[in-house]
Amino acid sequence: MITNMASAIETCALEKSYRVGFWRKARKCALHPLTLRVEPGEVFGYLGPNGAGKTTTLKLLMGLVFPTAGWARILGMELTDPRMKAQIGFLPEQPYFYDYLTATELLNYYVQLSGIATRDGRKRVDAVLARVGLADSARVQLRKFSKGMLQRVGIAQAIVHNPKVVFLDEPMSGLDPMGRREVRDLIQSLKDEGKTVFFSTHILSDAETLCDRVAVLHRGELRGIGVVSDLVAQFSGKMELLWHGSAALSAIQPVALELHTTGETIRAVLPESEVPGALESLRRCGGQLISVSPVRLTLEDYFLAQLAPGGDSAFTATSADKPHEVTP
Amino acid sequence: MRRIRCIAFNTFREAVRDRVLYNLVIFALLMVGSSLLVGQISIGVERQVLINLGLTAISLFGILIAIFIGVGLVSKEIDKRTLYTVLARPVRRWEFIVGKFCGLAGTLLVNTFFMAVGFFAALLFLAHGFHRTDSGLLAALWFIVLEFLIITALALLFSSFSTPLESTIFAFVLAVVGTFAEDFQNYARATHGLTHVAATIGTYLVPNLSALNVISRVAHDQPIPAGLLFYNTVYGLLYATAAVAGAVLIFERRNLK
Repeated sequence: MITNMASAIETCALEKSYRVGFWRKARKCALHPLTLRVEPGEVFGYLGPNGAGKTTTLKLLMGLVFPTAGWARILGMELTDPRMKAQIGFLPEQPYFYDYLTATELLNYYVQLSGIATRDGRKRVDAVLARVGLADSARVQLRKFSKGMLQRVGIAQAIVHNPKVVFLDEPMSGLDPMGRREVRDLIQSLKDEGKTVFFSTHILSDAETLCDRVAVLHRGELRGIGVVSDLVAQFSGKMELLWHGSAALSAIQPVALELHTTGETIRAVLPESEVPGALESLRRCGGQLISVSPVRLTLEDYFLAQLAPGGDSAFTATSADKPHEVTP
Repeated sequence: MRRIRCIAFNTFREAVRDRVLYNLVIFALLMVGSSLLVGQISIGVERQVLINLGLTAISLFGILIAIFIGVGLVSKEIDKRTLYTVLARPVRRWEFIVGKFCGLAGTLLVNTFFMAVGFFAALLFLAHGFHRTDSGLLAALWFIVLEFLIITALALLFSSFSTPLESTIFAFVLAVVGTFAEDFQNYARATHGLTHVAATIGTYLVPNLSALNVISRVAHDQPIPAGLLFYNTVYGLLYATAAVAGAVLIFERRNLK
C-alpha cells in the first residue's frame, strides 16, 4: 500500500543508456527502467556484481548524469532542487579529495558549500571528525592519509551537514576488517538517528547485518527487492543432519546434497523429503543422532538466485519483495 | 554568491599550494638579472628594453599559467571525482564553472600584482625614478590582465568538453592566432567569396589579443587613448563572459561518467 507521504527516495522507470562506438550510433543500456521506493528511516542495500549499474543509479540520483527516460525524486523533490541537495550526503566509490587540504579545511569547504553558517560549521566539523575517529589527524594534509582514513573523511563529508538521506557507494571497499567494522557501526548509528541510508555494496554480510531491505541489480536490471529479515528467514527446503558413527554413511550418501565428515561426526544436508528415510537408516545402523535442523536461506543464496538466469524460483516473493508502483 | 566565492577561494588555494606562484621567483630573478645586464649592453634605450622585456615576461608567464591550469580546471575535477561530492551539494553547475573561473582569474591577478611590483622595482633601479608617461604602463598591465581573463575563459571552455591535451592545443592555437588577429583581419579583408565569409567569421571568433598588446607603444612613451582603454576593457570582459557562458552551456548538459 503506497501512501502519499514523500518517500526518501523514489524512482519511476528511471533509465540510462549511452551512445557507444565510433559513430555513436549503437546504444548501451547502463540501467534498465528502474522503479523503486525507499522509505524514510530505512537502511537500503543496493546489491549487485561489478558493472551491474549501482554506480550509474547513484550518479543519476546525484544529478551527475542525466536519465534517458523516467524520473526520480529525493525527499519528494526534484533531483535539481538545491533544497533537496542540502539534505543529502554522498560518498562516491573510492573517493578522492583535494589532497592539498587538511581534513578540517576539506570539511569546512563542504560545510560552506552546504550553506551552513561558519560558526556552526566549525563545531560540526570538529564533532564529525571526532565521530569518525580523525580528531588527531584534523590538521594533516589528506595526501598523507591512508586509504582507510580517506574513506572515513569521505563518510565525514557525507554527514557533516546533518543530512536526512545518506548515499554511500561501496563504503566498505578497500577497508581492513577493523575499518569495515567502524563503517558498519557508523551506518548503524545513522540508522539509530533516523536517517535514511542508501548504500551500494557487494559485501553481502554487511548488507545482511545492516539493511532493512535490499535490491539486487544485475546487468542494469532490477532482479528483486526484499525485506532482509524475510529473505534470510525463509526455509530452503533442505534439512541438516548431524550424527556420530559412519555405519549409516553408505545409506545416506546417495540422497545427500552435501556431506562433510570430521572424525566420527558426519554432517549431511538433505532434501526435506529424504529426512524420514535417513533417520530410519541411522536407527537401523546404530548411528547416534546429534541434531536435525532446517537450513535457512542466506542473503547470499538470495543474491545468487537473483543473478541466475530465470530469476528467483528458490524464493517466495512477499509483498515487500515486489517493486512498488509509483505515480508521477 | 557565497558558494562561488568558496569554490573560487579553493581554486586559488590549490594554485598556491601546488606552488604555482613559484614562477614569481623566476620572474624576480629575470628582472634583477635583466636590469643589471640591460644597463650595460643597451646604451640609451635601457628603459625601453626593460619595459619590453618585463611586460612581455608578465604576459607570457600569465598566459602559460592560464592555459596549463585552466585546461585542468574541470577535467581534473572529473577525472579525480572531486566534483562528485561538490555537485551532490546545493551547488549549481554554473556556480561551479564561474567559481573556478574566478579562482584562476584571482590567482593570475595576484601573480600579476607581484610581478608588476618586481617590474616597477627593476625600472626604478634602472631609471632612478618614474616618468609622467609611465602611467601608460598601468594601462598595459590592465590589458595584460584582460588578456589573461580571455585565455582563462577559453581554457575553461575547452576544458568543459575535451581532454586536457586537446584543450591545451586549442587554447594555445587560439592564443597564438589571437596575437596576430590584426593580420588575420587584414587577410579577411583581402579575400573574396566563401573564403572571405569564413575568414570574417574567424576574425570575430578569434580573440583580438593584438589589440590588447600595447607593450611596444608604452615602451616608446606613446600615450594610451581613453577610448582604447574603454573599448578594450569592454571587449575583453565581453569576450571572457561569452566564453564562460559557453563553458556553462556545455557543462550544464554534460554527463559526468
